[in-house]
Amino acid sequence: MNSISNMIDWFVSTGVLNMAMIALIYLTVFAVLGLFLVLLERKVAAWFQLRIGPNRVGYLGLFQTIADALKLVSKELTGTVKADKFLYNLAPYFVIVTSLMALAVFPFTRDLQAFDINIGVFFLVAISSIGVIGILLGGWSSNNKFALIGAMRSGVQTISYELSVGISLLTMVILTGSLQLSEIIEVQKSGWLIVQGHIPAIIAFMIYMIAGTAETNRAPFDMVEAESELGAGYHTEYSGMKFAYFFLAEFINMFIIAALATTVFFGGWLSPFGITDSLPWMGLFWFLAKTFVLVFLMMWFRWTFPRLRVDQLLTLEWKYLLPINLVNLVLMAVIVWLNLTIQI
Amino acid sequence: MGTATLEPTSIKKGFKSEEYFINMGPQHPATHGVLRLLLTIDGEIIKKVDPDLGYIHRSIEKMCESNSYQQIVHLTDRLDYLSSHINNEAVCLCVENALELEVPERVKVIRTILGELTRIASHTLWWGVMGMDVGAFSSYFYGFRDREMINDIFEETCGARLTMNYNIPGGLMQDIHPNFVKRVKEFIPHFRSKLPEYDRLLTGNIIFQKRTKGVGVLSKEDAINFGASGPVARASGYSCDVRKYHPYSALDKINFTEALDTTGDSFARYKVRIAEMWESLAIIEQLIDNIPEGDHKVATNAVIKLPKGEFYQKVETARGEFGVYIISTGTKNPYRVKFRSPGLSNLSLLNHIAVGGKIGDLVATMATIDIVVPDIDR
Repeated sequence: MNSISNMIDWFVSTGVLNMAMIALIYLTVFAVLGLFLVLLERKVAAWFQLRIGPNRVGYLGLFQTIADALKLVSKELTGTVKADKFLYNLAPYFVIVTSLMALAVFPFTRDLQAFDINIGVFFLVAISSIGVIGILLGGWSSNNKFALIGAMRSGVQTISYELSVGISLLTMVILTGSLQLSEIIEVQKSGWLIVQGHIPAIIAFMIYMIAGTAETNRAPFDMVEAESELGAGYHTEYSGMKFAYFFLAEFINMFIIAALATTVFFGGWLSPFGITDSLPWMGLFWFLAKTFVLVFLMMWFRWTFPRLRVDQLLTLEWKYLLPINLVNLVLMAVIVWLNLTIQI
Repeated sequence: MGTATLEPTSIKKGFKSEEYFINMGPQHPATHGVLRLLLTIDGEIIKKVDPDLGYIHRSIEKMCESNSYQQIVHLTDRLDYLSSHINNEAVCLCVENALELEVPERVKVIRTILGELTRIASHTLWWGVMGMDVGAFSSYFYGFRDREMINDIFEETCGARLTMNYNIPGGLMQDIHPNFVKRVKEFIPHFRSKLPEYDRLLTGNIIFQKRTKGVGVLSKEDAINFGASGPVARASGYSCDVRKYHPYSALDKINFTEALDTTGDSFARYKVRIAEMWESLAIIEQLIDNIPEGDHKVATNAVIKLPKGEFYQKVETARGEFGVYIISTGTKNPYRVKFRSPGLSNLSLLNHIAVGGKIGDLVATMATIDIVVPDIDR
């Protein structure tokens, strides 16, 4: 008995227990968040398409995706005989783990942040490039030509658009002088960065949203799945929970892209004009409100635009976005150097 | 088309890029049915397209040989199911011509109105699916919203929404519903206000134009050589509208312009179909106010026996020239029936115009060729 209580003491004193509990809460909250993002997407799609959307399971269909998730969990895991078993089973975890890891560094409000590391932005960019390995592995190991084409497209696409995401974030980092996300929000107490950095910040935001949509493999950049061309792309051969990991990761990635934009461009949990500064918990509301507006924007893209062709996708990045981005970076540096930023 | 070759046509030796073979279909979202395309691909670039047919072959032409002429009409619904009314009309016209039967003016006008409504319904469905093929999902539902109104009119008039069976040799199965004129008149202004919405959603979209302009270019010479017809041929500048050159039913009294384009790419085919919807509206508008009074059919013998000989009738369906060729030996069954379907000759173009493009181009080209697979296989 004594040894067990000693062990518990050790867990509590070293903070391992705390960490484990926080991790558990994080995982639960974001798994549920992912499910509700799926529901939101289906509702938004329905509004764009003269439909009602899911409305049978629960009030206004609120439990529809929970039911879908239960179905996916209980489904038999089928796979191809000729698949490379080890890589095939490993791939979904790459995707989902990196997505959930990225969420750890976001400051949801002043005191609600799991890890406040001093390279927050860099960490996010680095983590997001690991996710693509999962997609590549999934497509490669499935032993399916359609999946392979999808995976190859994904590799090409993500590597290209990561440059734009990185450089547009770098543009904003010039303004803040810090990679730490909590620090970036502190800087914005004298005006959101999109106001402080005015023209180059707006250009950086537009490029970030385009590249971010491409990074999450969503329409109009959903070359990776491209139903009408490749069937289901890289996850053609996946079923049940393994498919659900890919599926959930896509939605959590969308949330990450929107949350990062909120943090870097729109003041994170800060309220507009400081109207709710006396109520610290309102920060969570503002953070989520801003993020969901951007999530809605990405859904708007998806249900309005046709898909680009794979070569047009690369042309857009290498011939237009990247040069504009590099010029924009210099422009921002000049503005910061000449002290032309707008401070409220 | 030939037999399916399971090996790629040529494989380069060494460590250079290899061509590989991929099966697109018979179950694939872009082939709109059970069509199998054997693709030879180099990376993303298409080297060869080999359509493999026969997955939905029902030997309709052979079945016709053991059916009476009234029964043949019902089989033609199952060819190009989106133009079922026009297919029925073709068989009826062929039989009526052979019998030298003069149908009442009322029948001619109603047949033409329904034919044009069918064309609009087919084109709205095509428009929605076209959007979906290039990745814009929402257009599908907008197309179906307007098609639904036409289907409701059909349902009220003849009881069916897809396989109409409204035409019989000698006229129509029953007279039109009292609401018919009213509902068609409601539809025309509705659709006139919605067609610009189509342009706003898809036609003007820069991504859509980039995906379709200069993709799958078909020259006028090739259009003629491959026997293309309908919007596919007209987009290449080949004026071939059967309604214009060999008018049937009430079309000889109608003023309409044939939608033509000269570029011959996917975007031209798209524009021609949009223009055709406007023209079809104009045709209906000219006819709907003056449907002549009279009988809805002329009496024929219960058992129709065509005189000995060969008879041909062609009509313009939503996809192009549809021909019915009947050889009769004077009995109640035809000796041989041949359907000339627009889909088959239009599909034969695919290898010619899709080679050199990307996989995405192939999908866009297939969408603008607008194939209906049961029409190809029969």
